[in-house]
Amino acid sequence: MTVELTKTTNPLALNVRAAWGRAYVRVVGANREPSWIFFDGLLPLLGIAAYVFIYQGFFVGATDPAALVALNALVGFVVLGGVMIAFWLNVLWSMASQLYWEKEIGNLQLYMMAPMSRMALLGGMAIGGMVMTSVRAFTTLIAGIFVFGVAFQLADPLLLLGIFFVTLIALYGMGMMFASLYLLWGREAWHMSALLEEPIFLVSGFYFPIGAFDRVGAWGRWVAIGASIIPAALGLDALRQLLFPVSSSSFLFLDVNTEFLVLLVLAVFFLVLARGTLRYFETLAKREGRLTSRHQ
Amino acid sequence: MELAVETRDLTRVFKPKRKLLHRKNTEEGGEEGPVTALDRVDMEIKAGELFGLLGPNGAGKTTLIKILCTLLLPTSGTAKVAGFDVTKDALPIRTRINMVSGGETSGYGLLTTRENIWMFSQFYGVSSKSAKEKVDELLHTFGLWDKRNAKVRTLSSGQRQKMNMIRGFVTDPEILFLDEPTLGLDVNASRVIREYVMDWVRKNKGKTTLLTTHYMMEADEMCDRLAIIDNGAILAVDTPGNLKRRLKKETTFRIEVDPLKNTNVFKTMVGVKNFSLTSDGGASLSKLTFILEDEAAVSDIVSEVVKQGSKIHYLQKSEPTLEDVFVSMVGRSLE
Repeated sequence: MTVELTKTTNPLALNVRAAWGRAYVRVVGANREPSWIFFDGLLPLLGIAAYVFIYQGFFVGATDPAALVALNALVGFVVLGGVMIAFWLNVLWSMASQLYWEKEIGNLQLYMMAPMSRMALLGGMAIGGMVMTSVRAFTTLIAGIFVFGVAFQLADPLLLLGIFFVTLIALYGMGMMFASLYLLWGREAWHMSALLEEPIFLVSGFYFPIGAFDRVGAWGRWVAIGASIIPAALGLDALRQLLFPVSSSSFLFLDVNTEFLVLLVLAVFFLVLARGTLRYFETLAKREGRLTSRHQ
Repeated sequence: MELAVETRDLTRVFKPKRKLLHRKNTEEGGEEGPVTALDRVDMEIKAGELFGLLGPNGAGKTTLIKILCTLLLPTSGTAKVAGFDVTKDALPIRTRINMVSGGETSGYGLLTTRENIWMFSQFYGVSSKSAKEKVDELLHTFGLWDKRNAKVRTLSSGQRQKMNMIRGFVTDPEILFLDEPTLGLDVNASRVIREYVMDWVRKNKGKTTLLTTHYMMEADEMCDRLAIIDNGAILAVDTPGNLKRRLKKETTFRIEVDPLKNTNVFKTMVGVKNFSLTSDGGASLSKLTFILEDEAAVSDIVSEVVKQGSKIHYLQKSEPTLEDVFVSMVGRSLE
């Protein structure tokens, strides 16, 4: 007996199925092997611990409640930074260079000859990456709270969730745009990822509040403004302001609502840009034979 | 007559990257120009045909398939698939086609065989339920049911290629492109794939397959018609039987001798239309295939071999094969 296939002709339904199909690899496949708990969940704690110990060193013997609040906030800043680093690394090394890797293993041509929208493909990769990394980041967060005893002052959980999700959409939108560029650059994309990794760690304030740049001189503010193009910088700053309102006020860069608004603009900007660049570079790659060069 | 594939003056030229070109020319002092992978190809494949494209490596087979699959733009000329232009109407083509290449390493090692095939079906809008049922049916057909829950990275190359074939069929395409699908597979795996493809075309009216191969037997056994391609140009299109009948006026001789010092002498020998030379792995024997316009030339060939101090190990007059057709047209073997 032959099975009769049911196929949808509705573009929306097709693209939703395609996005879920691509996201499945990361949502289900990547969490299949429990070694990630150690490598992606617990190992990042070491990087966090280095900064936490330095901050704790400055407050050894402190009993003043204000000092303890400040210490708690600084340690919390670092733990949140460690969480955001997980997303940044995922965007940089997994999302941005994904199409290049897909080409290397022979998947890219199969994706490009399928009738789905390219945004469904990138969207599926992004959703899968977000879910997968959220599980890892959440593990790091819980472990950080447990190990370092961070206490949050959560006043507005809805706004917190809103900012978190808009940050992820903007960040992965940026990753989708990078993915298109990397499609053209190929192996050189590695150098670009390596080049972006450490400088962004610094300017995005992963281990300190971005407002601290104001204290290093007049140029510091310009560094912070420049870093705002990376959604992780503003997203992280807004999350810190919401979770540690007292201590964050002494490192204020922009208020939460402004940062939320900028993040919304960045999310739309990067998604539109990703769509345009992917369309352009796909045509260019088809003209130059770069989609299929591996098997030529 | 409904055409599944139609090309007119289809040409594809690959230009080397400027940087690479400059470096190569500077370092080696040589000239590296554009490569013409397809040269004004005219081809028609009828709906419902199992059409073969036979040619050596680098002949342009894969380039042609990539253009028809909307993965590569032609430099000039036109190509239509199911009546749609590959440059202007890619989307309706993509809903109707699928492609499987030999030696493919596509998919994700962490997913199971079943999940991998299901994932690819989702890119074509196949409902999840019917996709899973179809995957199970095809896993049984291809003898891969036992491996349904095995992670893809644990599959052997033969099992992996069967999985790739299932990926090609699971979307029920109107036109299936198979690019050397049995490359490097063992006899059994190749047989399973060949039989399923032939069965699929026969049982499903209007389904078309374009198969590229450099295996003569495969082309001979499977294809309704085939085109012989070399250096980007189509040399002949016909049924395998008709192509072989073209050599009926000529005679094919196979001969195995100790390595010869000079084979150029055969090129100008009276009565020899063409010949090909292959050596076995250890190069202890030279295998020659001669296409003779005049059978009497065989005595001159034997004399020349003896004159060069070589010993004849094997000599046979044989029925023409597709390999002989290729040798007759191109002057070298497919390998």
